[in-house]
Amino acid sequence: MMYGYAWDTTTPLTFAISILPILGIGLLVTLKAAAVGYAIALVLGLVLALLRRSRFKIISWTVAGFTEFVRDTPLLVQLFFLYYVLPDFGIVLPAFMTGALALGLQYSAYTSEVYRGGIDAIPRGQWEAATALNLTRLQTYRDIVVPQMVPRIVPSLGNYLVSMLKETPVLSVVTVLDMLGLANMIGERTFEYLVPLSMVGLIFLPMTIICSALIYAVERALPKSGIPLR
Amino acid sequence: MNPIIRFENVTKRFGALTVLDNFNFEVGRGEKVTLIGPSGSGKSTVLRILMTLEPFQEGHLELDGISYHEPNGHGPFKASEKHLHKIRCNVGMVFQSFNLFPHMTVLRNIVEAPVAVLKMKRDEAESRATELLRMVGLYDKKDHFPSQLSGGQQQRVAIARALAMRPRVLLFDEPTSALDPQLVGEVLGVIRDLAQEHDLTMLLVTHEMRFAREVSDRVCFFDKGRIVEQGDPELLFSNPQQPRTREFLSSILGEQAPARESLQRVP
Ligand SMILES: Nc1ncnc2c1ncn2[C@@H]1O[C@H](COP(=O)(O)OP(=O)(O)OP(=O)(O)O)[C@@H](O)[C@H]1O
Ligand SMILES: [Mg+2]
Repeated sequence: MMYGYAWDTTTPLTFAISILPILGIGLLVTLKAAAVGYAIALVLGLVLALLRRSRFKIISWTVAGFTEFVRDTPLLVQLFFLYYVLPDFGIVLPAFMTGALALGLQYSAYTSEVYRGGIDAIPRGQWEAATALNLTRLQTYRDIVVPQMVPRIVPSLGNYLVSMLKETPVLSVVTVLDMLGLANMIGERTFEYLVPLSMVGLIFLPMTIICSALIYAVERALPKSGIPLR
Repeated sequence: MNPIIRFENVTKRFGALTVLDNFNFEVGRGEKVTLIGPSGSGKSTVLRILMTLEPFQEGHLELDGISYHEPNGHGPFKASEKHLHKIRCNVGMVFQSFNLFPHMTVLRNIVEAPVAVLKMKRDEAESRATELLRMVGLYDKKDHFPSQLSGGQQQRVAIARALAMRPRVLLFDEPTSALDPQLVGEVLGVIRDLAQEHDLTMLLVTHEMRFAREVSDRVCFFDKGRIVEQGDPELLFSNPQQPRTREFLSSILGEQAPARESLQRVP
């Protein structure tokens, strides 16, 4: 019994159906974590990419070092670090927020590279033409860089969304009750792991497929006129 | 009358390489000046400094009475972004590689800056862009993307785009060097028409010697960051005084000796 739903272990099928509502609650947590994490990754990644282009060497090098460090260390280590070490500095976040933050941080290192590639793909001549036309830096980004960059980076950003979604179960190790966390708990109580864990896998499969399809649709819908896609 | 462009002892270095060493140069209002000279002599650098694409280290530079350095300016340009903005209001540039924005139609390319920078109303900017496109003979291409145009057509759009900002000084850095020979003429034709504009000051870097002779009031021969010889095009081309000038002209004119179709006027 969990969240008011009792399980029925008579047959694997009845067991699977009876735990579905519980896993559904976990699924919401999983989706929420992925959404928050992805939002952090998209925004923070952009900030990192822009800071890395700073004229001030200290800033660009610090940011470069940070992204490299985050990319080269395992998500699980960062997650533990945030969960167990941050409180020592007086920062106490709920497990869910810590998890989403860890996901966002890790993926911001990836997305910042995507943004950076997108910005670097704009030839120098176009920046110079923008300067010659007296556009401000903001106008140059808004009207010249971003519109050309977006169609090029959507596929990579989308791929990271899918892989982040698939990585959310690590949050269960810091007590977040996502789908995997709940399945695990059901297993502990019923001594039946096969069905709950298989269910988690089965639920992930259509989710990632739908997600990939959505990204593909967005990619197709974006205007491409005149933009060389390399 | 005051010159519109005044370089006074300008020194420009790229690291250890000194490209301009105590460079002095003036251009009068409405004057059409051509810079010629061997590769690496610093011609593009002069234009790029004027366009605020490159900072310089020492000396004084003025365009239309505005100094490039602010009294207490910081950063490589020794001027604030706001000040650079003010300088750029008077000067435009046409690049060797056109540099049109590939995601915008021809019309958008021309309208973009007047709307964003000059705060012009969109329909006003469009009607002006239309006028400019007629002038360069590309009105029918207004809804095309740059990738759908030939190099010569792209360069004509780039010229219209620069003109839409109503610059007093227009810089051309080898505007025809990236073009197939049969497309050079149409671009030179547009520049030739522009050279009739009394108020527009033009500074042109080109290897098209016959064209330079035809449109410029003055030709400057550049070598190693210095003006070795300058003067009336007829005189400079027919009777160069300096050995370096003679050497350069004979090498380049030798190449261009077979009469180029490119100088024929476009209709
Ligand atoms: N960004 C840069 N960094 C370092 N050196 C540079 C840079 N830009 C130009 N130079 C050097 O400065 C010198 C002058 O270059 P510039 O482009 O002004 O020559 P140019 O007369 O325009 O030659 P070309 O006819 O080949 O265009 C060259 O030796 C060049 O290698
Ligand atoms: Mg050059």
